[in-house]
Amino acid sequence: MAIAKALNAGLQKAMQDDPKVLMFGEDVAQLGGVFRVTEGLHKEFGDSRVFNTPIAESGIVGTAIGLAMRGYRPVTEIQFDGFVFPAFNQITTQLAKLTSRSEGFLQMPVVIRIPYGGGIGAVEHHSESPEAYFAHTPGLRIVTPSNPNDAYWMIQEAIKSPDPVIIFEPKRRYWQKGPVNLDIAPMPLHSARLMREGTDVTLLAYGPMVTTALQAAELGAEEGISIEVIDLRSLSPIDYPTLFASANKTGRVVMVHEAPTNVSLSSEIAARITENCFYSLEAPVLRVGGFDTPYPPAKLEEAYLPDADRILEAVDRSMAY
Amino acid sequence: MTPDNSTPMMQLLAPDGTYGVPAQYAKYGEIIDSLGEDQLKTFYRDMARIRRFDIEAIALQRQGQLGLWVPAIGQEGAQIGSGYAVGPNDHIFPSYREHGVAITHGVELMSILKMMRGVNHGGWNPEETRYHLYSIVLGAQVLHAVGYAMGVKFDGRVGTGDKDSDLAVISYFGDGATAEGDVSESLLFAAVYEAPIVFFVQNNQWAISSPVEQVTKVPLYMRGSGFGVPGMRVDGNDVLACYAATKLHMDEAREGAGPYLIEALTYRIGAHTTSDDPSKYRDESEVEYWKARDPIPRFETFLRRQGIEDSFFEDVKQAGDELAADIREQTFALTTPPLENIFDFVYSESHPDIVQQRAWLKAYEESMGSHE
Repeated sequence: MAIAKALNAGLQKAMQDDPKVLMFGEDVAQLGGVFRVTEGLHKEFGDSRVFNTPIAESGIVGTAIGLAMRGYRPVTEIQFDGFVFPAFNQITTQLAKLTSRSEGFLQMPVVIRIPYGGGIGAVEHHSESPEAYFAHTPGLRIVTPSNPNDAYWMIQEAIKSPDPVIIFEPKRRYWQKGPVNLDIAPMPLHSARLMREGTDVTLLAYGPMVTTALQAAELGAEEGISIEVIDLRSLSPIDYPTLFASANKTGRVVMVHEAPTNVSLSSEIAARITENCFYSLEAPVLRVGGFDTPYPPAKLEEAYLPDADRILEAVDRSMAY
Repeated sequence: MTPDNSTPMMQLLAPDGTYGVPAQYAKYGEIIDSLGEDQLKTFYRDMARIRRFDIEAIALQRQGQLGLWVPAIGQEGAQIGSGYAVGPNDHIFPSYREHGVAITHGVELMSILKMMRGVNHGGWNPEETRYHLYSIVLGAQVLHAVGYAMGVKFDGRVGTGDKDSDLAVISYFGDGATAEGDVSESLLFAAVYEAPIVFFVQNNQWAISSPVEQVTKVPLYMRGSGFGVPGMRVDGNDVLACYAATKLHMDEAREGAGPYLIEALTYRIGAHTTSDDPSKYRDESEVEYWKARDPIPRFETFLRRQGIEDSFFEDVKQAGDELAADIREQTFALTTPPLENIFDFVYSESHPDIVQQRAWLKAYEESMGSHE
């Protein structure tokens, strides 16, 4: 099953299990969303549970908050990463804070689905990785699947959470296939997963970069470097015990993401690993990411995005310490 | 600003206290006809009560007991009138100046003072009071109100004919907030989903220092029309007009008529907040003009002509003074919660960063010894 299909199946299951689950956003009904992640849901669940909204992202998230107050579990789709910013105010000043503001009287079981990342040859605002803005905000939970099985289970667990969850979906991997276990959830929502064992360097990745990280590890092995790959899966909270265990084991950490590295997830993780694993480290935590520029025009994105070579360059630098 | 007389405005009670129902507003007059003396007295009592509370809160802020106060002086007619028109199942989404609406729905005045003292961000239970938390980001709450109303509609609690079950939503905001994109999106979503909601705009004519003429080119009651939300202007200093308009349109929303917008033309007699200085941007003559249209003396004149005796007004005044003394005492007695409480409700389910930081704070405080 492909990631897009797994998300679709997970949404369908959640909507079958709980009549309070709603799915809405731009073009999510008859069309099934621009990536077809919601395909068939409108037909199965009807206008009152799966509906198109006006093209107004703040309105989508703001009304989701009101619907959550009314006892619904809204799942909203932001059509592309770069379109989340009109909703930034509702997400950060309202959704993230209402449970705290109300001293626990209100819960906010709202899910925001955001296809993110580059690699699809799109125009501006369709290829960004804005996760750090949200990971910085207390009150939000953030997850990102890298494979179909996680996609199927994460969307369902996000919907069950009493807290707001943003699920960043790796859009260029939507059609990547893999096995899905429809019966048993793989692991808790906010756990990192050891994808490949290694002994020389720990490579941390999430979302679309997990596939790239695994490619780099394969190439590294050919060169005689044993690379351990961890898929973060959750960006808030981050499963630090799993990260620290690997850092303590290998003594070398490289982290990769598509987002610009300046004040990014890898900035925070490098700091935490340094604080907690200082005496185990053989090298500083190194980072591979997008450049600190606006996302480039599509013809340049292949060169802009981290690939296995860029990762291995950092691995070599780490090994040289 | 003096009012724009070319805009139609429902007024049932003239500034001199004369009551009269223009023919085009007959259905609103019928609502007032159905009110008993006790209800009229309640309107007066609560307008006077919230005015006295407001004056005391300003004094408490000046004495350093509150971090900030947001006065609503002059807007009592709009707030008490509309507040009492909201039904027992309806939900209210206020901005941050609707202290008058709060008391019509059982919100403790001390809850508001706690927020303004800085000991919490508004810790009342919005499900219990149906009066939602104050929203300081302008217009943000209006979308929540629309979402709530959409949910009411999805629940099938609109237009069933069962008055005990059907409900509607009212959202309050000011002339300044109408500029926010969230308000426009709210009007649009409400119209598209035919949500049972009344938008109650208190046009108090000043967005801090910007007069309403600088933030809109058409009267605000027309703001919804392009979205498909009809509206009307009422005299916001006429408690009866505000009650009748809100009652009728909340009833209609509950019955399935969809959204409606009421612009209550009123005036902010006081400052925007205790941090503001209106003398920098408006003439005292303007304030005097509006003081002559104050909602409370106007209604008092009306009630006295109805035969309400002196003793009632004396009792109200005495109750106000007692309330002021009481809230003063309670404010002085407010305690500041321990810092560790900030961790309690960031998430509904445990989050490791919160757990860790709470533990760190505890260890740190213990290492520093007692604060006593």
